[in-house]
Amino acid sequence: MMGGGGGSDSAYRVLMAVLESRTGQTLSPSRIWRIEMSLKPVMQRHGIADLDALVAALVTSTSRQLLDDTVDAMLNNETFFYREHSVFDDIAATALDHLRTINAASRRITIWHCGVSTGQEAYSMAMLFAEQEARWAGWTIQIVGTDVSYHAISRARAGIYSQFEIQRGLPVQRMVRWFDQTGAGWLAKADLRRRVDFSVQNMLVDRPPLGGAADLIFCRNLLLYFAKPMREKAFARLRAAAAPQSFLVLGAGETVLGQTDQFVASPRLRGLYEPADQKVRRAA
Amino acid sequence: MSKSCLVVDDSKVIRKVARHILESMEFAVEEAADGQEALSFCRANRPDVILLDWNMPVMSGMEFLGAFNDLDFGLEERPRVVFCTTENSIDHIRAAIEAGADEYVMKPFDRETLEGKLQLVGVA
Repeated sequence: MMGGGGGSDSAYRVLMAVLESRTGQTLSPSRIWRIEMSLKPVMQRHGIADLDALVAALVTSTSRQLLDDTVDAMLNNETFFYREHSVFDDIAATALDHLRTINAASRRITIWHCGVSTGQEAYSMAMLFAEQEARWAGWTIQIVGTDVSYHAISRARAGIYSQFEIQRGLPVQRMVRWFDQTGAGWLAKADLRRRVDFSVQNMLVDRPPLGGAADLIFCRNLLLYFAKPMREKAFARLRAAAAPQSFLVLGAGETVLGQTDQFVASPRLRGLYEPADQKVRRAA
Repeated sequence: MSKSCLVVDDSKVIRKVARHILESMEFAVEEAADGQEALSFCRANRPDVILLDWNMPVMSGMEFLGAFNDLDFGLEERPRVVFCTTENSIDHIRAAIEAGADEYVMKPFDRETLEGKLQLVGVA
């Protein structure tokens, strides 16, 4: 059995095809076994007995909600505040200075968190700017987070995090400064929430946000879920969204090497990537 | 050389769990069952970090922190203090920060959360 659980092989195959067609993402063997566990709450909510019945319902039902819920449940929404915090330290110390110089005339910096999940990384950046109010006085800082999961985006917009989530990566001083304790969890203060816009978006299909002029793009731990052709397409989409002088931030285990000629390792900033120029792209 | 951690908690079970996690992160672990024991230990030793419960008999975590702040570690850096407690209200957290705690872990916690907090205070 593919999943080692209660569904037939064809049920797993259909579910994987649904995920890929809706998001471009594929399931690695290590995640297949988790399908049934992930989908259990969805099946309970919709009164469905098992995976085969779920697939039958997906094929015959016109319920958009069931399809959305099913796809959402199969996505990995793992994220946390200041994930690999040295990356954020480096960006705060160097990349923002570069962008400040590059964009001195427009006094505008746009940041796209692609695959933002429940929003922690976007709020992490928002806190960096909010804590340097004087330095960025007179600047327009636009932070946009997008994700294919409507459930994750709805949580990101709400800005409420559980006790488990709030203490993953977030220094306690920042937690106290930027979050209020409520009955539902830890709520990002209004001043933080207003700094970030979130929207549901399939990065492979939908028009990139920010009019194709993002100065800093975070796309971390997302591309690893794409098969190679989709990953190439994803890089092209990121390139189309990037300003000519901009930076791309990938996850710790991700690289552009051997994956794309759209971006190259930044000669200026360790660990970041920049759009390849026309000459480099022609030579590649 | 491995880092050292003093686990201060009146619960034997919590100390055992913390020891297990910390040793898997290659910390040398010492234990104290209350603030008084911890204070005695810190008068003679300098752990890199102290994992500190709030409510304990004999001497509470906050009482310990008050006395600990008066200790002189000479040229050596003051050990980091991470509260690790079920006292999860924002008022408790603010009070702990004001008293000099470097970080705060709300129980229950998992290994990843603790490791993240120890990274934030620069000892992992």
